Amino acid sequence: MALRQCAIYGKGGIGKSTTTQNLVAAMAEAGKKIMIVGCDPKADSTRLILHAKAQNSIMQMASDAGSVEDLELEDVLKVGYRDIKCVESGGPEPGVGCAGRGVITAINFLEEEGAYTDDLDFVFYDVLGDVVCGGFAMPIRENKAQEIYIVCSGEMMAMYAANNIAKGIVKYANSGSVRLAGLICNSRQCAREDELIMELAKQMGTTMIHFVPRDNVVQRAEIRRMTVIEYEPQAKQADEYRTLAQKIINNKNFIIPTPITMDELEDLLMEFGVMEEVDESIVGQTAAAVA
Amino acid sequence: MAAMTREETEALIQEVLEVYPEKARKDREKHLAVNDSSLEKANKCITSNRKSLPGVMTVRGCAYAGSKGVVWGPIKDMIHISHGPVGCGQYSRAGRRNYYVGTTGVNAFGTMNFTSDFKENDIVFGGDKKLSKIMLEIEQLFPLNKGISIQSECPIGLIGDDIEAVAKKATKETGKPVVPVRCEGFRGVSQSLGHHIANDAIRDWVLENRDGDDSFPTTPYDVAVIGDYNIGGDAWASRTLLEEMGLRVVAQWSGDGTLAEMEKTPKVKLNLIHCYRSMNYIARHMEEKYSIPWIEYNFFGPTKIAESLRKIAALFDDTIKAGAERVIARYTAEYEAVIAKYKPRLEGKRVMLYIGGLRPRHVIGAYEDLGMEVVGTGYEFGHNDDYDRTIKEMGNATLLYDDVTGYEFEEFVKRVQPDLIGSGIKEKYIFQKMGVPFRQMHSWDYSGPYHGYDGFAIFARDMDMTINNPCWKNIKAPWKNQVANDEAVKAVA
Repeated sequence: MALRQCAIYGKGGIGKSTTTQNLVAAMAEAGKKIMIVGCDPKADSTRLILHAKAQNSIMQMASDAGSVEDLELEDVLKVGYRDIKCVESGGPEPGVGCAGRGVITAINFLEEEGAYTDDLDFVFYDVLGDVVCGGFAMPIRENKAQEIYIVCSGEMMAMYAANNIAKGIVKYANSGSVRLAGLICNSRQCAREDELIMELAKQMGTTMIHFVPRDNVVQRAEIRRMTVIEYEPQAKQADEYRTLAQKIINNKNFIIPTPITMDELEDLLMEFGVMEEVDESIVGQTAAAVA
Repeated sequence: MAAMTREETEALIQEVLEVYPEKARKDREKHLAVNDSSLEKANKCITSNRKSLPGVMTVRGCAYAGSKGVVWGPIKDMIHISHGPVGCGQYSRAGRRNYYVGTTGVNAFGTMNFTSDFKENDIVFGGDKKLSKIMLEIEQLFPLNKGISIQSECPIGLIGDDIEAVAKKATKETGKPVVPVRCEGFRGVSQSLGHHIANDAIRDWVLENRDGDDSFPTTPYDVAVIGDYNIGGDAWASRTLLEEMGLRVVAQWSGDGTLAEMEKTPKVKLNLIHCYRSMNYIARHMEEKYSIPWIEYNFFGPTKIAESLRKIAALFDDTIKAGAERVIARYTAEYEAVIAKYKPRLEGKRVMLYIGGLRPRHVIGAYEDLGMEVVGTGYEFGHNDDYDRTIKEMGNATLLYDDVTGYEFEEFVKRVQPDLIGSGIKEKYIFQKMGVPFRQMHSWDYSGPYHGYDGFAIFARDMDMTINNPCWKNIKAPWKNQVANDEAVKAVA
């Protein structure tokens, strides 16, 4: 089977890293060979697989060694649970430098060093929050990830972010082979959340590939720096991730998304009661003025 | 070739514009004009200081070039760090011929390149720490430096490095001025914004350093030379004239200049501006803040020199006025001999210029002193106020071209058929290969100085040896070749 490269995007704090690692653990359990590439300066995309606080990142080690040319692949590539290969691009602390360039440098390094070996079935890119600049779009440019999964929930801002990411995908889809492969709903236990995300997915031209319910076992596993798959394989939540894994393995629904307008998104949110009808007469009025 | 009429020049511009697509034509049309010396304001006829069009060949530089290369670079006792990747500093190193006195590497640093040599890591993690380290290393290796300027290259503005904080910290540690300059190359439309940014940095980080300190003894005859970069020794040739007429030159901005000179400038009585374009900002600021008047002057060619000396002297007492006359009288025999020698060889020769900040108008007088005529001129990065000053200097119906493109310049030359072109290194070989005598008027073609009476003698000699060089017998301009070919055809027939 040809190597499939998938990127996971979504609003910051939505659970991208946790979902990705649990998903990847479930896929590995099903016999797939996988590499995770963390594309976030926080470098927390592999800790549950490696049982580590934070993996030494490519950029940090390049900085220590002098330059990225001084690194060897085995310096940065760690192997964790069920032989899942892990690398973190890393990057600067908040407020300095250019994290986007860090992602570009790191991915170029992996390509040049031959990290994308033939035995791999999947590569997963776990990318920070929004696609704020060209650097964070690196994983979806030509010859990188072809499948994008967006993690979201029924909260307004999560859906807003998902729609924005879809806009970014359209840009690169038209010039390359990247496609939206589905929304993963990581439940925040909002009312009618599954229906809402299914409707959003439909309007964007894709599907909600799976609804991952909320379960505290995820947090209990995380405290131990483990995935649920490894920590409590019999847990009901582990089966949810296994289902998600099977759905992604068998997924063939790759499309160029049709992002919706802000008005359409607001209509959708109002229809599901997430947002109330906007009373145009109060827009821009301060509390004092209203009273 | 006879002078072109207004109609002919206008027709030439229209013909040259014809090849452009409509949008480009509309834009370029505004930058090309037929001179009308009766106009008061140039904005009636020409547009300048606008973004160059993609796809044309422009020879403009960038804001970094304007700050590091022009304004800051010549200040010899400071170290100017080209902050960013190595190329910007390395490939412009020592290229401008700003002469200075001093021991390079010990107490003067003009021709050296200091750079933070950015690599991937510095982009990703930011360059602040490296910059701090460089400051310490500079202090250890070059302890006689009087201060440091940080000249930002493009990436600094992109990754948001806090060079101001690094500068403040370093100043605290060394007690020497450290000046952060935000002259990232992508800012503005040409090097012109870099001049302005550099002026502002001097205003904010240098000029006030000695406010309230009256230990420097002043005289009523203190002046500062502003906007002379001492190309080939220009500022020296100018300074001697000012000193001979009784003035005291306290500061040279910035050719062969020092930090201390800049700091003392707010104490002078008059600022003398040579390159208006690159330093009018700081002169205006000193006028506002310290009530120091400023005037423009022109030290190219005896006519303009005498005019300028008298204009400057008029602002002082009779001693200086007498001094100016004395200087003019002293050099009269000398410059008359120069004119007597070269004018017969140069009389009637026609010149086209395309240069930078002040020379497109300032050198016209020097050519006229030799009996030559400037028939076309233009600025790489001038503003409207430069053209205001140019339309009076140029003859009626001559060509003005702003930010001229490679194509336009070549076509204009082919039609105007000048005897000499004065422009830069990027133009030089194109026109020489066309068989047109050419002088570099940025670097003086590795000659100079051209300022002052001393410089005029060198200027006259250089123009003569270029125009009357025997090599032009072997390579002829296309229009001269045409005549030769026609004759050859006739001969065969």
